Amino acid sequence: MSVRPILAALRRHKIAAFLIVLEIALAFAIVSNAVYLVIGRLQRVDLPSGIDERNLVLLQLATAGKQNGSVASAQTDLAALRAIPGVESASAINTLPLSSSQWALDYSLRPMRVFSDGVQVPVFFGGPELLQTLGIRVIQGSAFQPSDYSDLSPKDVFKAFVNARQALITQAFAQRLWPHASAVGKVMYMGETPVLVVGVVSNIIRPYISADAHDPANCYGVISPFRAGPDLNAWYALRCRPAECARVLKAGAAKLQAMHPTETLNAQESFTHMRQRYFRDDRSMAWLLLSTVIALLGVTAIGIVGLASFWVQQRTRQIGVRRALGARRVDILRYFQTENFLLATAGIVLGCAAAIGINVWLMAHYAVPRLPVIYLPLGALLLWGLGQLAVLGPALRAARVAPTVAMRTA
Amino acid sequence: MRDIHGYYLRLALRSVARTPWISALMVLAIGLGIGACITTLTVYHLLSGDPLPQKSSRIFYPQVDPETSTFVRRDPPDLMDYTSAVDLWKSERADRQAVMTNSPLKILPTGAGTTAFDAPSLETTHDFFPMFDVPFQYGGPWSVADDTARAQVAVISKSLNDRLFGGGNSVGHMLPLAHGAVRIVGVLKHWRPAPMFFEVLAGRYSHGDTSGFYVKAPQVYLPFFTGMQLNAGHFQVFTCWKIPTDTVNLENQPCDWVSLWVQLDTAAKAQAYHRYLVDYSDQQRALGRFTHPTNVRLMDLMQWLAYNRVVPSDVHMQTILAWAFLAICLVNVAGLLLTKLLRRSSEYGVRRALGASRKAIFAQCLWEALVIGLLGGLLGLLLAVAGLWMVRQQPVAYADLAQPDPRMLALTVGLALLASVAFGLWPAWRASRISPAQQIKAP
Repeated sequence: MSVRPILAALRRHKIAAFLIVLEIALAFAIVSNAVYLVIGRLQRVDLPSGIDERNLVLLQLATAGKQNGSVASAQTDLAALRAIPGVESASAINTLPLSSSQWALDYSLRPMRVFSDGVQVPVFFGGPELLQTLGIRVIQGSAFQPSDYSDLSPKDVFKAFVNARQALITQAFAQRLWPHASAVGKVMYMGETPVLVVGVVSNIIRPYISADAHDPANCYGVISPFRAGPDLNAWYALRCRPAECARVLKAGAAKLQAMHPTETLNAQESFTHMRQRYFRDDRSMAWLLLSTVIALLGVTAIGIVGLASFWVQQRTRQIGVRRALGARRVDILRYFQTENFLLATAGIVLGCAAAIGINVWLMAHYAVPRLPVIYLPLGALLLWGLGQLAVLGPALRAARVAPTVAMRTA
Repeated sequence: MRDIHGYYLRLALRSVARTPWISALMVLAIGLGIGACITTLTVYHLLSGDPLPQKSSRIFYPQVDPETSTFVRRDPPDLMDYTSAVDLWKSERADRQAVMTNSPLKILPTGAGTTAFDAPSLETTHDFFPMFDVPFQYGGPWSVADDTARAQVAVISKSLNDRLFGGGNSVGHMLPLAHGAVRIVGVLKHWRPAPMFFEVLAGRYSHGDTSGFYVKAPQVYLPFFTGMQLNAGHFQVFTCWKIPTDTVNLENQPCDWVSLWVQLDTAAKAQAYHRYLVDYSDQQRALGRFTHPTNVRLMDLMQWLAYNRVVPSDVHMQTILAWAFLAICLVNVAGLLLTKLLRRSSEYGVRRALGASRKAIFAQCLWEALVIGLLGGLLGLLLAVAGLWMVRQQPVAYADLAQPDPRMLALTVGLALLASVAFGLWPAWRASRISPAQQIKAP
């Protein structure tokens, strides 16, 4: 199929041609960015937390006005909770992945005189049961010895908390500090305090994660050898078999409430539920973007169908003449398909530039990462396909034009 | 000639009725675009509004840098240490001034079947209420003397009064707290500043996730120094520049955790107050309590909100997306309208031949665009009401604010007219350029 006659014809329909190009360019620019944002959100939603999510239910006593929330009372509570049938392990943990409440300290390879320097890393602690309850594996080195653990209370939390001399660190954080060597036995610094890395554990994600799901800092974490109680807002995490978790949660809440009749339960939920809560904004934004993309593609398709039908109608006589001169139906069909392909290509080229422009602008103003190049050819395929689909109906109608039309209407 | 536009309107309506499908598609596209725009603009407008319109330009947020670490911030910290905030508050250099901090406060209702619960509380001083025009249903603020006397009194919100006292006048009743009861001196009317500006801070560290600034106002207000005693250990610390030696009693700790708001009624007073802040910082440096170079700020309320980028970035993004969506709808509707108008080329040819001017054809076509635009606007308005309902179902702190607004109506009409012109101008102009001779020649 020669392209030149098509271009010649298009020159005579500048407005309509321009409108189709513009429609496709705008759709391309918006859709590629919107789809990228959707995928970014969905990647966050699907980010593995690194802990055994489906085996975990959580209970938390209310935060304010507590007088009897010490580690000792936590041990009593945990012993009672462990007695519930179906509980495999229980631990009082200061914070959890995706819990939105973060304990963080800054660590570095050298002693720091400045308090707020170094890499900010969330710190998890919850007694010797923490690893088993959450399902965290020790990859290198070893876990803490039982004698390493000490109790934290609100009075001395800062003094003790920042003076931990040993740590387990996550794989991602170990990679960050010592990319080429094993971290076990090495020393990092919290302020001027040296901290010995006794082991490397499997990655767990932070209480808050960044907008970019691929940010390695999402998996930075330090585990310290402390025990915590409800007076430090500790969560009671209970490990159970997935099928039994609902029952365990109910029984655990009832037991805890019976033990503390004047306290309120701040939280009683499965980890899966907490995760859903954490990501609900992302999910609703993803749905919103996705419905916009679909509506937008629909509107663009309708626009193309409209303009293409108009063209076919306008050129009925011209088509008739071509048919009378020997053009086959398939030639007419190809003509309109090629024409749409050319227009779509022009729109895609324009749209590429606009898509990159929008992405650069979004990067400058919002926490949006760079649009991967792969989105451009994928978007191009999508819009070529959409254009072909939209033009098919009008083109088939054109192909059905009988050669006699040329004579009848001339 | 007088009702020639009425005639065009009738023609336009007839044309719309003659091509129901294509017209419906155009109305749908415009409606979707306008609906999305009105929904997001309403939310944006609500969230970016002035929470204290009558006096926000006279309300200021002073900042100093009390930190003594070797790390010096470019901007002073978002909160002050206790000493600086209380010094500045005691100096009474502003027309009104209030220190404040917040904490969850445990309430222990008496009576069978009731359980304890946490209520968000604000620990502040007398001026808070007159300075922010806080409306009272019963009673009033505690006195200035109560501030320093550590009076065991409280002001409670309407919602807490409804919950505990069934909405009755509870002034004089006791509010049972975990560490002793306080006497209620005032009950607020419904008060929902959006954003809750006096607790806005650290917005630039939130990566655009700022919907928490739109939570509802606190339920309990205690005199600052009373709250210090009653709820010690529960105050939110912004940051500490050295390791604190005590995390319960924060008065003398190297931590930023108290905010100070002041009212300065004239520009001259604001200037004088800024000078006073500089002097205070210099004096503290001379005393050796401050070590960083003097770095003070005095932003007014709206500047402080802008500095904290209070409108969540998701809301920004939705607004931008809605405009882009409307733009695409307009381009596509322009294409559809062009084809629709040009299909009737012969009709215009005949009208031109019978003496209609180009202007007349142009006006007639524009009327058609207008009819479609206004129908689209009507649909858009319905969709916007539905869209706001959907926003209210979202689990965000500002959900309850997303109510339809009478100004939406005006905005919709404006947007519909603008849209009609945007998508109708070109097709109408194109239709008016049709040469009559060529068209009547064709059968």
